[in-house]
Formats: sequence, structure tokens, C-alpha cells
Amino acid sequence: MTVTHPIGDDMLLSYAAGNLSTAQDLMVATAVSLDDEARVRLSGFEAMGGALLDETEVAPLRDGAFEDVMSRIMGTAPDDTVHTDIKTGRTDCVLPKPLRDALGGDLNDVRWSSVGLGVKQAIIPTDDEGTARLLRIPAGQAMPDHGHGGMEVTLVLQGAFRDGDERFARGDVEMADDETEHMPVADLGEDCICLVVTDAPLRFNGLLPKLAQKFLKI
Amino acid sequence: MSFMPNDEAYWTNQLVAVGAERDRAAFESIFRHYAPRVKAFLIRTGLSPSAAEDCMQDVMVTVWRKAHLFDPGRASVATWLFTIARNRKIDIIRKARRPEPEELPWGPEPEPEQADVLALAQDSRRLAQAVAQLPPKQRDLVERAFFGDRTHSEIAADTGLPLGTIKSRIRLAIDRLRHAMENEVKKAVPVGLEPGNGVEDR
Repeated sequence: MTVTHPIGDDMLLSYAAGNLSTAQDLMVATAVSLDDEARVRLSGFEAMGGALLDETEVAPLRDGAFEDVMSRIMGTAPDDTVHTDIKTGRTDCVLPKPLRDALGGDLNDVRWSSVGLGVKQAIIPTDDEGTARLLRIPAGQAMPDHGHGGMEVTLVLQGAFRDGDERFARGDVEMADDETEHMPVADLGEDCICLVVTDAPLRFNGLLPKLAQKFLKI
Repeated sequence: MSFMPNDEAYWTNQLVAVGAERDRAAFESIFRHYAPRVKAFLIRTGLSPSAAEDCMQDVMVTVWRKAHLFDPGRASVATWLFTIARNRKIDIIRKARRPEPEELPWGPEPEPEQADVLALAQDSRRLAQAVAQLPPKQRDLVERAFFGDRTHSEIAADTGLPLGTIKSRIRLAIDRLRHAMENEVKKAVPVGLEPGNGVEDR
């Protein structure tokens, strides 16, 4: 699969640093699952984190810290569950694993609610101010017009949409902020399903009020 | 073969020994070297010294338990520790598991080639040097992007620099680092992921 609109370095760097909201973490983890080149860039930013850790000063430890850790290690049975972390393998699922985990299932398990004009959405619970949701746009239809109270990131999971001259297909990411005027239209042939995250942690425009997501949250 | 303790390959061997043989002495050497750094890192990201100590201890317990999953062909010891510490801190704050990218589907991988491991260790070293040699202004901002739990606009308020300047300096720093770690990134591509080897995912 060729990703022509990959996720940006700023999001990957912030993910590597651990500075994103839950909703944006979900976006990056999902996008990286679909884009091996982004995975490589992410591992580069994580290596930067490792280099900074290597270079950092040292902090004095609590007395007996090593002994405390060893007694915790020896006091519990080896945790075999870690083995389930090992490469479980990609399946035929439409939704990458981070999304399946967040939703508790694949596409067939999603409980959609209608937001009008045939468009459906499913809100994905997150524990902070960001919002994450799946949107399902009928083939050939324009996405509802909406404003952005912050940054909106859209990742295509199924089908494709066009916005102006550009086409976004599975794995592609479109970024939009308050100033972006965009008019995405789903391609013919297949409903377009996207993960849409709106949030503020990268808010380069943090002074603007959160007009936000309200429209699509109807 | 003997290694100086500041040699990346030395730490790699120590961690592999923990994973393969449950080598307690190797674990202790990793602990003595890295635990104070992990704690300092956590403090820099905003934890109190006491919370950082608790989090660091969790991290070191995880290091013991997951050492067999460490793949020296894919990450340096410092990078692996960094990701564990970062994830643990976020999990503590959120009381929930952080979303991680799907694991790659190649199943159990063959033992990493010793040459790859050494090359990655050297590249990590080079990257660490590149980070150390960044001009102070760029380095400062990159560190804030990493260690400061702050948005770019908050950094702007903090430094009095206009946002555009901050973003372009960070961009510049990333470009320099990317240049320095081009080799390292190539090594990080798992076997079978070279360009042209199409990965089917549906």
C-alpha cells in the first residue's frame, strides 16, 4: 500500500515524546499501523528520546532501590502474559489493532449513529478533552461542512475521498485547522470510513475558542 | 571481547544476557547505570521525585520481565528503556493502556545478525553525539519538545519566541538529526520492509 499523504513529523515527534492526548495517541498508533515508512520515522524519533535519556543527568535513587526492585521481581511469578505482546500478526481486519482495542471489535461491531445526510459516526471514548470518532460517508457524498475549533486530523480506513485536487485513500492523513477550507467528497464505489480526531495539544492557534466538534457531535 | 561500560554494545550484551539467561549481575549493572537516568528523565517530564522513583522502579521491573523481548537489531538499550519509561508514565497518569501501533506481522524473527546489532549500536552512538552537538538553541527546543510536557505555544510563552521561529528551529533540528541518523533509520527497518517489497495488509 502506498501512503501518499503520510502523518506529519510533528505528530510523530509528539507521540514519541509522549505529549499527545489519548485521542491523538490513537490517531498516531493507527496511522503508523498502516504506514511502514511512518513507523520508521517514529522509530527515529524514539531513538532521539533514547539519545536524550543517555545524555541526561542522573538523579539520586531512594535508599535500597535496587533491593526493592529485586524483591518485587523475585516475589512474583514470571509474568507469561508478556508473551502475548509478541507479534500477533496482522489480520484481515479493516481496523488496525489500536482502533479495534479502543472500540472493542472490528468494523462489524461498531455501533453507528446517524448525523444526517446518510453520514454516520461512532464516538470513541477518550479520557480527556480530545475527541475521536469514526465517520462513515456514503460513496459519492460530500462530508458535512464543519468548522475546526482546533486541529482536525482525518485518517482514511476504507474507501477514499477527494479534497480539491488531492485524493486520500486508506492510510492517508489529512490535517486541517481553523484556516483550512476543505470540502472532502467520498469516492464513488465504496463508503468512506475515516478516523477523525479533533484536539488541541498541537494547537499552534491555542488562543482561538473551541468552536469545535459541536457540529458533528449533533 | 571486552567493552567499556559507556559502549552501547556493552549495554546491549548486558540486556540480552538478562533476557536469555536471567543474568542478575547483568541486570544490576543496567540498573546502576540507567535507573538514575530514567528517574532524572521522568523528573524532567514533570513527575515529582517521589513519583519518578516509583515509576522508575516499575520500569526496571518491566525491564527484567520483558528483557527477552528486547530486539537489539531494532532499538538501542537507551531507546528501549526510553519507550518503556514513557509508556509507564502515561499509563500511570491515564490509568489506562496507551494505544501502540500494531506489531509487524512477520512472526518470530530469526536471531538478529550480529553485524546489524553492532551497526545499530554505532548509529545510536552517532545519534547521541549528534544530539549533543546540536547548537544550543536548537537542542534546547528539541529537549523541551521531548521533556517539557508542554505544547509549542506554551513553549512560545515561556521563551518569548514567536511560534513561527520555534517551529522552524525545531524543524531545523529535526533535519539535522535526521541527517545524522539516516543510517540508523535504515537499520530500524525490519527485515522484509525494504522499498519495493510490498506489504499487503488487507
